[in-house]
Parts: sequence; structure tokens; C-alpha cells
Amino acid sequence: MKIYPLPLEGDHPPLLHAPYAATVQRAPSMPPVPLPHTLSELTGPLYGHNPIGETDNDLTRQHAGDPLGERIIVAGRVLDEDGRPIPHTLVEVWQANASGRYFHSVDQHPAPLDPNFTGSGRTMTDENGNYRFVTIKPGAYPWRNHPNAWRPAHIHFSLFGPCLITRLVTQMYFPGDPLMPYDPISQSIRDDRARERLVSQFDRDLTVPEWALGYRWDIVLRGCEATPFEEPK
Amino acid sequence: MSRLRPSPSQTVGPFYHFSLTVKESLGSMTGAEAKGERIRVRFRLFDGAGAPVPDGMIELWQADAAGKYRHPADTQEKNPDPACCGFGRLATDADGACVFDTVRPGPTPDGRGGCQAAHISVTVFARGLLRQLMTRMYFEGDPALADDPVLKLVPAGRRGTLLARPDPAGTWCFDIRLQGTDETVFFEI
Repeated sequence: MKIYPLPLEGDHPPLLHAPYAATVQRAPSMPPVPLPHTLSELTGPLYGHNPIGETDNDLTRQHAGDPLGERIIVAGRVLDEDGRPIPHTLVEVWQANASGRYFHSVDQHPAPLDPNFTGSGRTMTDENGNYRFVTIKPGAYPWRNHPNAWRPAHIHFSLFGPCLITRLVTQMYFPGDPLMPYDPISQSIRDDRARERLVSQFDRDLTVPEWALGYRWDIVLRGCEATPFEEPK
Repeated sequence: MSRLRPSPSQTVGPFYHFSLTVKESLGSMTGAEAKGERIRVRFRLFDGAGAPVPDGMIELWQADAAGKYRHPADTQEKNPDPACCGFGRLATDADGACVFDTVRPGPTPDGRGGCQAAHISVTVFARGLLRQLMTRMYFEGDPALADDPVLKLVPAGRRGTLLARPDPAGTWCFDIRLQGTDETVFFEI
């Protein structure tokens, strides 16, 4: 039987992080009420709400032509806190194109859309928890949070895992991005080691010669098999 | 084996629509043959200034009309209604609103030998939310509310934030206030 110990302080960002201006009026001011896990939380949507299409995990093959930009492979494993793979779970991704522009009417910054790139993908993990996407390295883009604000290149990820408790929406970053220290969204994770868990690693074995660079990123969802022990301070 | 720490959460941001909420059908959570009472639920999402949140995303999870979850962890001896998927997901519109069509869930076990009043689990995502928020929608007027073990954990003066109320057309209305006066109760799960 899997149990779901609460995250530790520092595992996740706080809801209120004033440098990220949108949190100021959206973060609840009252502490959350602890909820013992009932069947309502120990279950969740498992079966995928849309069938997965053949090109859903290859964002470079969803249109008639090749998208512009640097072709990359992003792959890894979805694991629980014991390192056990989470098989057959839905992974959804979305991202800007190589110019840093989203396929979205609200994004009006002066960078071109790419008619051959939407930037939306989905896949299911295999029996060993593996996932793999082919895509284009997203560009950095400006936003209006503060003067001269730029988001580091990132890919949004959405995962369900086995139940409601394991639901995770997050962002994957790229190694060595010079914008990260100035980014209030990634810096909202105060613990350096926790923030590093969102940074993918260049992987030469995943790289396909003369075709695409590989980035490996493993995702850890809540949950373990054993009774939790006290973490050493 | 040394324990791994979970991957930290980050905001869904403002630009998820073209990927996560393309299918309007995710607002229609049941097939034509679903058993039970059909209900329409209208959610509205407000920020701390009382302004509608036009770029939020609401996910629902619920049992079918017989109180059975479509999930292997639900070991009650009854079959889930194949026409009730239990999951819904919609973006909020310019008024901070979205509307789901589903069936009224049945009461469910609490895992400790007791019973929970009918409710829908509600997860809220938005730009400016660095983690998703979890709450529950119960039904005003349900006699089972008085004995619900989760509502008992909530200070009496705040329980009303978890109740949907029917409008004159019979649509259940549930307002989620992220912050401030009448702030909705959110749960740590």
C-alpha cells in the first residue's frame, strides 16, 4: 500500500512570493486545512481523457513542414519517492517556439509564430516509467513582471500519477541558462537543491548524431511504499 | 534505498490553453447513459481584489452517482458507471467562470468506517499560483453535511465557502475566492 507523506518544507515554492507579482493577489492568506487522505484523494483520473495521437510526442511532426529552431529530445523517467517507476501515466507538455512565442492569443510580443510548430505534446509513460518527446528548444521571452523581465527557456509539464495527491504541474529548465538567477518563478523555490531538480541535463547518450541534442530530466512524484522515517536535519 | 525528494511545483502560467483545454468536451463529464441526477455546476474564480481570474484552470474529480470512484483503489463491491468518467477540466473565461455538466456524486467512504457527504474534489491552477490549490465542493441542503468528517475539520464559520448553492435555473454555483473576505477553504492533502 502506497502512502503519501506530506512534502517537506522547501520541497515546493511558497504560494506567496512577492517578486512574482501575480502571487500577491492570488495566494491564499489563510493556511490550508490538513486533510486526512480519504478515497477521494487516494483515487484520481487514471485512464487518460483523450486518446494519444501518433505525433503527440513529436512536436516537430505535427504540421506539413519542419519547425524552425534547434531540434531536441527530452526524455526521462517518472518515479515515486522510492525511485520506483510510475508506469502508464499521462505526461502533457507545452512550450514557446524557438523565437520565444507561444501559440496563444494573449502572447503578443514581437517575435514570429512558426506555422510548423504549435508547441503542445502528450504521451504516456511506458511500463518502466519512461517518457520521450522530440521538440524544438524553446526561446526565452519577455514578460511584464518587472523591468527587463525575461523567462528562461522552459517546457511546461503536467502529470497525474496514480491519484489526486500526486498531481504535479511544473516547468523543466535547461542547464546553464543565464536567465535563471533573475527569474522570480524558478527562484520562488528557495532551496538550491530543490530548484536544481527542475533543470534537465545534457545527455550525450540520448543525443542522436547529426540530428538532435538530448536532454534528460527525471520527474519525482509524491508517494512511497514504506513507512516514512524522520529525515536527518 | 535513499528517498528521492519530489519535483517542485511551478505555475501553470497564462499560456496553457492551446495544450490543456483544447477539448471543450472535458466540461461534459458524463455520457448519455450515465445513472443519477444530472447537474450543471458553474464555477467562478476571484482574486484578492474581488476581480475575476480570467486565466485560471479548474479540474474536477468525483465519484459516480453510486459513490464509486473509477479507480482500482476504490475496492467497494460495486461496478463504476462506465458512462461517468469522473474527471473534468476547463479554463475560466473573462468572467472567471466555467460550467461543467455531470451527475451528482453519491456519498463515499472516508476510509475509517464512516461516510463522506457527496462532494466533488476541485483543483485550481492559475498564473500566480506556484502550486495548485485543492478544495471541495459540497451541496447546500444535503442532510449528510452535518456528519461529514472533513467538514468537521473546518472552522464552522468557514464551512459555507465549501457549499455550492442552486440558482433559480437549478445550476449549482460555486465561487472560489483565492484571498480576502470569505476566502475559500483550501486543503493540504
